[in-house]
Amino acid sequence: MLENVLLHVKSAISYIWRTPKLLLGLALLLSLLLLSLVGPYIVDVDKARPISVPTRKPPSAEHPLGTDGGGRDMLAVIITGTPQTLKMGVLAGLVGVTLGTSLGLIAGYFGGRIDMIISTATDTMLTIPPLAILLVVAGSVRAMTVTDMAIIIALLSWMFPARTIRAQVLSLREQPYVHMARLAGLGDIRIIFEEIMPNILPLAAASFVGATSGAVLAGIGLEVLGLGPQRTPTLGMTIYWAQLYSALINGLWWWWLPPIIVLIVLFVGLFLVSAALDEFVNPRLRRTG
Amino acid sequence: MKQAYFIRRLVMFFVVVVLAATVNFIIPRLMPGDPIGAVLEELRARGAGMQSDSEDEIVAAYRARFGLDQPIHIQYFRFLFNTLRFDLGYSISYYPSKVEAALLRALPWTVGLLAISTLISFAAGSFFGAMMAWPRAPGFMQRFVPMFMILSAVPYYLLGLILVYIFAFVMRLLPLGGAYSSGTVPELSLRFLLDVIKHGALPALSIVLTSVGFWALSMRGVMVTVLGEDYLTLAEAKGLPDRRIFFAYAMRNALLPQVTSLAIALGTVTSGAVLVEVVFNYPGIGWLLYNALRSSDYYMVQGVAFFLILTVAVSVLVVDLIYPLLDPRIER
Repeated sequence: MLENVLLHVKSAISYIWRTPKLLLGLALLLSLLLLSLVGPYIVDVDKARPISVPTRKPPSAEHPLGTDGGGRDMLAVIITGTPQTLKMGVLAGLVGVTLGTSLGLIAGYFGGRIDMIISTATDTMLTIPPLAILLVVAGSVRAMTVTDMAIIIALLSWMFPARTIRAQVLSLREQPYVHMARLAGLGDIRIIFEEIMPNILPLAAASFVGATSGAVLAGIGLEVLGLGPQRTPTLGMTIYWAQLYSALINGLWWWWLPPIIVLIVLFVGLFLVSAALDEFVNPRLRRTG
Repeated sequence: MKQAYFIRRLVMFFVVVVLAATVNFIIPRLMPGDPIGAVLEELRARGAGMQSDSEDEIVAAYRARFGLDQPIHIQYFRFLFNTLRFDLGYSISYYPSKVEAALLRALPWTVGLLAISTLISFAAGSFFGAMMAWPRAPGFMQRFVPMFMILSAVPYYLLGLILVYIFAFVMRLLPLGGAYSSGTVPELSLRFLLDVIKHGALPALSIVLTSVGFWALSMRGVMVTVLGEDYLTLAEAKGLPDRRIFFAYAMRNALLPQVTSLAIALGTVTSGAVLVEVVFNYPGIGWLLYNALRSSDYYMVQGVAFFLILTVAVSVLVVDLIYPLLDPRIER
């Protein structure tokens, strides 16, 4: 058993080494993770609280990334904000993909009327710009937390995974080994979990990365509009405050540039990993990538 | 069969629109707090003095005025009927202007900016994509691939902020924001047009730079398939000039699937610009929304949300209805 696992890990590591896209993407994501895990031990994160340091100071030895208009040390803000943004994306991505995978599985496996209802709902929801619904919800909820936001976004990010998984299950359902299992008298539940599930996990993992990226995008969008958690210094809220207090035309570049750079690193990292996973799941893409 | 398809599509469109209106009705009512109470709170905060006994009267009057004393299903149908008539209520901050009037005023700016940048991005992206797949293209074309990929992963408004800083704040080449210089009156003259172009350049550039990669990469994919077709081998065997093969034989055929995506992209222009308008203070739908959020103008926020859903639904409907005419296989 252990040997088997080790073998898998070994082949996974060698696959990562052979795929520069995946390697670079993972390196970018790991650097952000490292920043949020190790950062608090090096930098005093209490300085991320408002009015804890002098306002609007350019980068110096004492404040390596300067301070913002609310009296926060920007380096401390980035170190506390990055994990919040990561948390929101991962949580929303996880919930969205779990929801989408379950719906796709049910629709694809059972077919018939259930499939018709789920598919119609999926297709209908796909034509609705999520931002529109998020606006109404976020505009009505006062005092949002990062978790609230993740859940709301997750409820609008199940459609793509549901559609992809359903298509895959439709073809898996007709595979000889599934027929065999059915003939052997296995129940639906066991067929779903033992025969079909293992074959859709890679696809679900690929959708998870895509959904996480989409969730961060949606979350940052809401935050830049001022609809994010007011008390947590997430990256998007930092950009919102900078925008609100005209940091740009006052030349306070150290206020808005660091969160943007962290976000760009995050998006490019997620994009590279997602593209590499798509190639892994769908080998036909490998040639052209 | 054809009829069934059209009817199914129309029903789906109707469902989406009703759903959008319903969301606008339900969600604010699910939240704790009472709209009238919020209004009174606001009045009190502004220092309007009133006696507590008259307060109850005010509440009753307001409830009657907005129909809140009716049973919930009557309220719902009335709301639905008004929304479907495109009567979105009064804007709180632009009172007595109506929400739909403000939307229609902002619409041309959004559509103009987004439609033009989408078209530029489509044309440039398709050409680059075709060149990237073309074996006789200059070798440096391949170097664009990673650049396009990275740019397409960056949200356009974040790139927009960086562009404003470099070109408007540091180099002072272009204006910082707005759609035209303050003090000028919108008119149909060359000077005003140039002013608008100058103000639109940076927002458009940030949209074009971040979306060109999408068009280039998908064009490249289609082009690779087209290049394998027999008629291209034949065209080469006939000795046709390279340029002619590239444009008239390869690119022309590869463009077909791209045009479908373009139609959908053009349909989503209203929702695509929300954040870029915030960054550039551009007076379109997104700017309207941003201000409405800042002044708690909920009718306006709901109106914008409904409008965004409506425009996308209409464009998807149009694309779906035109599809079978272009590709008879869809119908079955």
